[in-house]
Amino acid sequence: MNTELFGIIAMFTLTIAFAIPFGKYIAKVYAGEKTSFDPVFNPIEKLFFKISGIDVKAEMNWKQHMFSLITINMVWFVLGMFVLMNQGWLPLNPDGNPGQTADLAFNTSISFVVNCNLQHYSGESGLSYLSQLFLMFLHFVTAGTGMAAAAVLFMALRERTTDKLGNFYHFLVKSCLRILLPLAIIVAIILAFNGTPMTFEGKDMIVNMQGDTVQVSRGPVAAFVAIKHLGTNGGGFYGANSAHPLENPNYLTNTVEMIAQLIIPFAMIFAFGFFLKRRKMSWMIFGVMTIGFLLLTVPTIIWENGGNHAITAMGIDNSAGAMEGKEVRFGTTASAFWSIATTVISTGSVNSMHDSYTPLSGMTQLLAMMTNAFYGGVGVGMLNFFVFIILAVFISGLMVGRTPELMGKKIEAREMKIAMIVALLHPFLILVGTALAAAFPTITSATLANPGFHGFTEMLYEYTSSSANNGSGFEGLGDNNPWWNITTGFVLILSRYIPIIGPIAIAGLLANKKFIPESAGTLKTDSSTFGIMVLAVIVIITALSFFPALTLGPIAEYFTLR
Amino acid sequence: MKTNLFPAIKLTSITLVFFAGVYTIIIWGIAQLAPNHGNGEVVMQNGKKYYANVGQTFTEDKYFNSRPSAVDYNAAGSGGSNKAPSNPEYLATVQARIDTFLVHNPEVKKQDIPVELITASGSGLDPDISPNAALVQLKRVSKNRNISNEKLQKLIEENTEAPLLGLLGPAKVNVLKLNMALDGLKN
Repeated sequence: MNTELFGIIAMFTLTIAFAIPFGKYIAKVYAGEKTSFDPVFNPIEKLFFKISGIDVKAEMNWKQHMFSLITINMVWFVLGMFVLMNQGWLPLNPDGNPGQTADLAFNTSISFVVNCNLQHYSGESGLSYLSQLFLMFLHFVTAGTGMAAAAVLFMALRERTTDKLGNFYHFLVKSCLRILLPLAIIVAIILAFNGTPMTFEGKDMIVNMQGDTVQVSRGPVAAFVAIKHLGTNGGGFYGANSAHPLENPNYLTNTVEMIAQLIIPFAMIFAFGFFLKRRKMSWMIFGVMTIGFLLLTVPTIIWENGGNHAITAMGIDNSAGAMEGKEVRFGTTASAFWSIATTVISTGSVNSMHDSYTPLSGMTQLLAMMTNAFYGGVGVGMLNFFVFIILAVFISGLMVGRTPELMGKKIEAREMKIAMIVALLHPFLILVGTALAAAFPTITSATLANPGFHGFTEMLYEYTSSSANNGSGFEGLGDNNPWWNITTGFVLILSRYIPIIGPIAIAGLLANKKFIPESAGTLKTDSSTFGIMVLAVIVIITALSFFPALTLGPIAEYFTLR
Repeated sequence: MKTNLFPAIKLTSITLVFFAGVYTIIIWGIAQLAPNHGNGEVVMQNGKKYYANVGQTFTEDKYFNSRPSAVDYNAAGSGGSNKAPSNPEYLATVQARIDTFLVHNPEVKKQDIPVELITASGSGLDPDISPNAALVQLKRVSKNRNISNEKLQKLIEENTEAPLLGLLGPAKVNVLKLNMALDGLKN
């Protein structure tokens, strides 16, 4: 038991220890300062921009940034549809897997372009190796997209009065090449040396010790799994994701994969402080996020170690906890820790099956995605949190009777309207989606794997995961059919681009405003008092929006099990 | 639109070649230096090849049994049962597994059955059980194979993998390796 607890403490503290210097490196990269890796990356970067005919010195305003972002994302989507629907005859398909149907390809392509990685297929039978490698490309560039957007936010908050905020393509390539790639190589090598396959050969056939013939699916897994975590993408190579013993062979790889998914969301917060020279503010943000994270993690670990009461009642030794859907090599503690880490940041990779968690743990996983503000996905986590900061600044301003200001810029009606739209979009998409699914039981009830309240939670989870850009699932849901493929597809589009465009628009508007020097009357946005204010705003919005839905799902299920 | 579209297509092409191609080849090349050359950890016995990390079905009494699996340990696919803790059908299955276990292991008391032996794993390919889950099967295997309890106990101890660095994570027993060692005892 104690070794299990030490395991997760080690994961968390190691991540912070790595993330602080790495955040400094990220800040240097975006600021265009010299780093020791320049001799390797400068020539590659130059080549990229020479071939694509892009002048990185041409700075963009926030609107031009967003147009570039949307355009290149559309190119990836169209290419994704083509590869996924035609993978049957395209090369690198040793297992002869067929092309995806149009609705599945639509969902898969969108889902990977928006960095969500909802998967309505299983990798072993649903994708060729070519498609896997294309999705791996999307792992890099979509993570880079979110990080580039965060870089624009950093620029906008640093500049005194300007509309020139750097070049989008430059931020994108820097993020992929200088930040993601070096870490991906390290992680992939560790995985390959611990038994994760990295081969282009197809399925192997073996006769097991009891004489049955079974197959073993292989592929270029190590390279894929490394970037799936670093980019907080989460889409697994195999159907079972990181619960699969080839994606995640032992406790060491589990630790490495956990650090890999947490490190950039952590480092981005510190990068924010280094870049803006507001290190106290980044500690305030990190503190609020960590409190939120622990409030969700600690009870989940306790509930999972407590096990399923219905099984305890059968009179067996239930001391290992709720082991349904979990792996022995990770144990319940590291599984429960992972389940909250993966849902607060938008990875959505799993090392255990969330559908089989005890009811209240299912609720904390949902809450992690519903708040969508603690750490968050690479880049976009900062954007989401920025919206809550704006709301908290505004409410605090009203409470003390002053014009709300953030970093020397006035927050006015236009910024507030945008922040409100972004904050309310998330509950709107989740609740309307779930309500629609519940309103058409003739279509959806056959797709549920479990009866009663838990069935409702499966639907709620699917839309929450889509809207939070997460991609994990209550995987019992039979989601490969037009209803789920298409409805979640649209939720994915709205919930990705509006929460990027909104905060960037606010930041762009703020950058253009006159700078007012701080005075004694200025609200201190880096104090712990303000941190509590932000946390309160997050909790109130989440509680008011989602409590009724949670009552119908996990809370009701909990009371049936007591 | 035009100002963005062509640069976007060209940048996509070159980054696609780099991140899907060059990166993959680098990792593939380095993986060739790893044990088993990037094919996963393979173990051999009596000319038969097994994947050490991929669990196998062990249901016979002469072997230490592995956990229940939602995919019958066929690694052509993977996945958990995804059953809710409150699902009555699922709870009936668990009860049936307990009853079956007690029939095969009459000397074991119900309160000593570790939970992982009656619940399915997340991947359906879990290669491990806890040391307790191996010990609870000791008497059955001992009777079936006519091997002394002490000898089997030693075998389990030898095949118990300690936590990482002795500090992090749970201890575990790889069922495949344990059963290979068990078959090796006869020779």
